[in-house]
Amino acid sequence: MDPAAAKLIGAGLAAIGAGMAAIGVGNVFGSFLEGALRNPGAADGQQGRLFIGFAAAELLGLLSFVVAMILIFVA
Amino acid sequence: MAGGGKIDPMHQFLVEPLFGTQDWSIAGYNIAFTNSAAWMCIATVALIAFMTMGTRGALVPGRGQAMVEGFVRFVDNMLSANVGPEGKRYVPYIFSLFMFILFANILGLLPLGLFGIHPFTFTSHFTITGVLAIMSFSIVLIVGFWRHGFHFFSLFVPHGTPVWLLPLIPLIEFVSFMVRPFSLGLRLFVAMTAGHVLLKVLAGFIINSGAAGIAPGLFVGVPSFVLMVGISALELLVAGIQAYVFALLTSLYLNDAVNLH
Repeated sequence: MDPAAAKLIGAGLAAIGAGMAAIGVGNVFGSFLEGALRNPGAADGQQGRLFIGFAAAELLGLLSFVVAMILIFVA
Repeated sequence: MAGGGKIDPMHQFLVEPLFGTQDWSIAGYNIAFTNSAAWMCIATVALIAFMTMGTRGALVPGRGQAMVEGFVRFVDNMLSANVGPEGKRYVPYIFSLFMFILFANILGLLPLGLFGIHPFTFTSHFTITGVLAIMSFSIVLIVGFWRHGFHFFSLFVPHGTPVWLLPLIPLIEFVSFMVRPFSLGLRLFVAMTAGHVLLKVLAGFIINSGAAGIAPGLFVGVPSFVLMVGISALELLVAGIQAYVFALLTSLYLNDAVNLH
């Protein structure tokens, strides 16, 4: 395959990672909301953990963006 | 990427000297005053102006003072919730970090392009966020070794580790510890870069489809514009969340250093 085409296809495939991370982030907030609606009193105390989970899930999606950018502009 | 009527989404991240040239150098490093440095100065000045507005110490707080006190209380609560009573000592550092990143992110989003000034988001460069992350990481290391001496290494062996896992767990903990500065810096840098690239790509859709005629302008340009308004709102949220996450993770790492596990 033409290397330039392979690079762009690889960058496109990296977008799958971003979509997967979207599922992860949705899961974090969805589960938080589910728990928070069951026990609203405990919800405020867990916001720090909510954002830690969000940050961890988001980082993995951002890594796929980095992979795509490296493939397009660096490699 | 540029050419053929395409919009170059990476051009906005170009660091250019504002005054001074390529040959202003000390020991091989170029010291010309760049747009990145200029926007860092602007963020600092804006931050100082914001803080002086609120630190007059009036008995009945006005608008500005209520805002500043809100931010201080926010950071203060974050540290006392995550580090405990010891956390008070680190409020100045975390507060400066949080406010600087927040101002940088929001200044970079301002629509100043309308007036011919091009805002430069310096948090979209790994050199900046990496240095901030290294600063946080070294403060964690200094605090940890200062308070616990070599006992700080017990961080790598959590309580209740089974004996048969002893060769493995410290290795994993060590790797996860050493990866922290990278993940901290990388998260902020990539989130800002991705957001700004997305905005520029959408702007390119609008302009190119508008130039192509009425039908593409109506069916591509208008939906892109609506999407862009939404994405801009999302970017404001991301600017706040990333500053918050940076401060939150720094305070969590500080908690590890202060209280061990």
